[in-house]
Amino acid sequence: MFQTASTTPEKLLQMLSALLLFAAVLGVVLFFASRVRGKRSDNWVGYLYLLPVVLLLAVGLVYPGLRTIYQSFFDASGKAFIGVDNYKTIFTDGDLLTVLGNTVVWVLIVPPLATGIGLIYAILVDKSRFESFAKALIFLPMAISMVAAGVIWKFMYEYRPDQATVKQIGLINQVIVWLGGKPVQLMITDTGKLNTLLLIVVFIWIQAGFAMTILSAAIKAIPDEIVEAARLDGVSPWTMFIRITLPSVRTTVVVVLTTLAIGTLKVFDVVRTMTGGNFKTSVIANEFYSQLIRASNQGLAAALAVVLFVLVIPIIVYNIRQVRQEA
Amino acid sequence: MTVTPLTTTPEITPVQLSAAAVAKKRLSSPWASLAAIVIAILWTLPTFGLLLSSFRPELAIKRTGWWTFFTDPQVTLDNYRAVFDNDTGVNLGTYFVNSLIICIPSVLIPVSVAALAAYAFAWVNFRGKNILFVAVFALQIVPLQVTLIPLLTLFVKMGIAGTFWPLWLAHTTFALPLAIYLLHNFIKEIPAGLIEAARVDGAGHVAIFFRVMLPLLTPALAAFGIFQFLWVWNDLLVALVFAGGGDTVAPITLQLANLTGTRGTAWHLLASGTFVSIIVPVTVFLLLQRYFVRGLLAGSVKG
Repeated sequence: MFQTASTTPEKLLQMLSALLLFAAVLGVVLFFASRVRGKRSDNWVGYLYLLPVVLLLAVGLVYPGLRTIYQSFFDASGKAFIGVDNYKTIFTDGDLLTVLGNTVVWVLIVPPLATGIGLIYAILVDKSRFESFAKALIFLPMAISMVAAGVIWKFMYEYRPDQATVKQIGLINQVIVWLGGKPVQLMITDTGKLNTLLLIVVFIWIQAGFAMTILSAAIKAIPDEIVEAARLDGVSPWTMFIRITLPSVRTTVVVVLTTLAIGTLKVFDVVRTMTGGNFKTSVIANEFYSQLIRASNQGLAAALAVVLFVLVIPIIVYNIRQVRQEA
Repeated sequence: MTVTPLTTTPEITPVQLSAAAVAKKRLSSPWASLAAIVIAILWTLPTFGLLLSSFRPELAIKRTGWWTFFTDPQVTLDNYRAVFDNDTGVNLGTYFVNSLIICIPSVLIPVSVAALAAYAFAWVNFRGKNILFVAVFALQIVPLQVTLIPLLTLFVKMGIAGTFWPLWLAHTTFALPLAIYLLHNFIKEIPAGLIEAARVDGAGHVAIFFRVMLPLLTPALAAFGIFQFLWVWNDLLVALVFAGGGDTVAPITLQLANLTGTRGTAWHLLASGTFVSIIVPVTVFLLLQRYFVRGLLAGSVKG
């Protein structure tokens, strides 16, 4: 049951037995929960219902989290204690500073742009005849994997050498050629962080649909009377946007911005698929994987994960406080 | 959830109608429509280009852009055959099966475990409830990366590395904090009267959970289930760390990512492979869009 399954029937069998084992565990929990009687029964039912969750979270999240923090003070092999050296490396090493810098660029650009595009689009298609179809078009990239999105955009950015007999097959370079320019090796050009910016485009392409969906719901929740009153006053669309729409969805905008910021900090798949973090495009989450698997530097990987953790916390705290204030 | 359904427009008098119509006209100016269409095209074109390419012959993909299809249409299914063919070494069929095997328990288990926990948090009075709930809620902030190294060591020690178990366990665990939070928000909205009535009738917590809660919870369970399904199907990080070696456990995303590394120029394989990997999530999305959006809204708008 815990062996490697290699043929499809074996795999299916293993899946089935896993599900049965799980059902049996739940069965035991429910059996005991239905048996407890008396004054304290609620205590027992509560603990029984939470038993699987507490076990899983303790072993799968709390213990490993603490262990990683501990590990971040050890060297590559995880054996020798080296204090804060890993953190020193992260904040002084040239390559790792580029990684940090790239992460900052990502977090500064993605949330506002994705939210902005999502908001504008939500307003533009609101109550139009093709609303649900138009929304689905923008939303669809959310449903596919970032790996697939990476392939789709790699194809957009594809470069062919500039020779008379060779034709471009990537749309972006073809447009450059049509406009009279020379094709550019987009993914390896790091002048002005061009390649990083192009990766950011892909992530915005994926996330704008998320922003659009949430903001669209918020816009629809604005009471009709307010909108109607403003219309009767004859306000311009622009005034309507600034004075009514924007203030009404402010909290939601903050939630979307912060949620996107958290997602952006953890961005991994897009970078991994499109450049592998080469050509100065790496970000923290990708560097974590590179250090862990490629460089076999457990200590540094752990420290990078902790840095990621520390960066996420203030954004989440801010998010919760904003929502609390409104409530 | 604060997103209320659209309130019905009040009766409109003729005077209002004209004013509203004027404003509406101004709002839906041609420029606004144009902007919407431009955005929609920009968002669709990249996928469309690759989709079209996946049906073009290998040589045509390598030599000309997909837009030449409109002047020189050539269609073939060879690329799709190639990614399922043993000889090319791509073997997407195997990875496709792996993805399904990974997904099904990774959705069913956390959803049912979280439903029980959410019920306990909402309707069972036990000591330490509040502290536990805050702890579970707070665990949402732990990024996956922080847990991966020790988990990897743990799975190796347990002797289950290289099987599906690490993936099932990891995906289940990572889903729990958010799942419990969302389901709890939903479950506590259920009127207390319903539960009290059941208690008066002599139903215990097990009976109440199955007879009263589960039917009412179905939409929320579906919403989270779809969310989790897409997340697991599309995952790369967990798969890379726990299912690195070969085609015994690795999901389709992993094989696709490998192809971009090793066959970065084999666009005929990459194009068709991408669409094979997309077909399941997109079908789920299109069929169950309503629930997916509900899950998204519950997750991001305060509860």
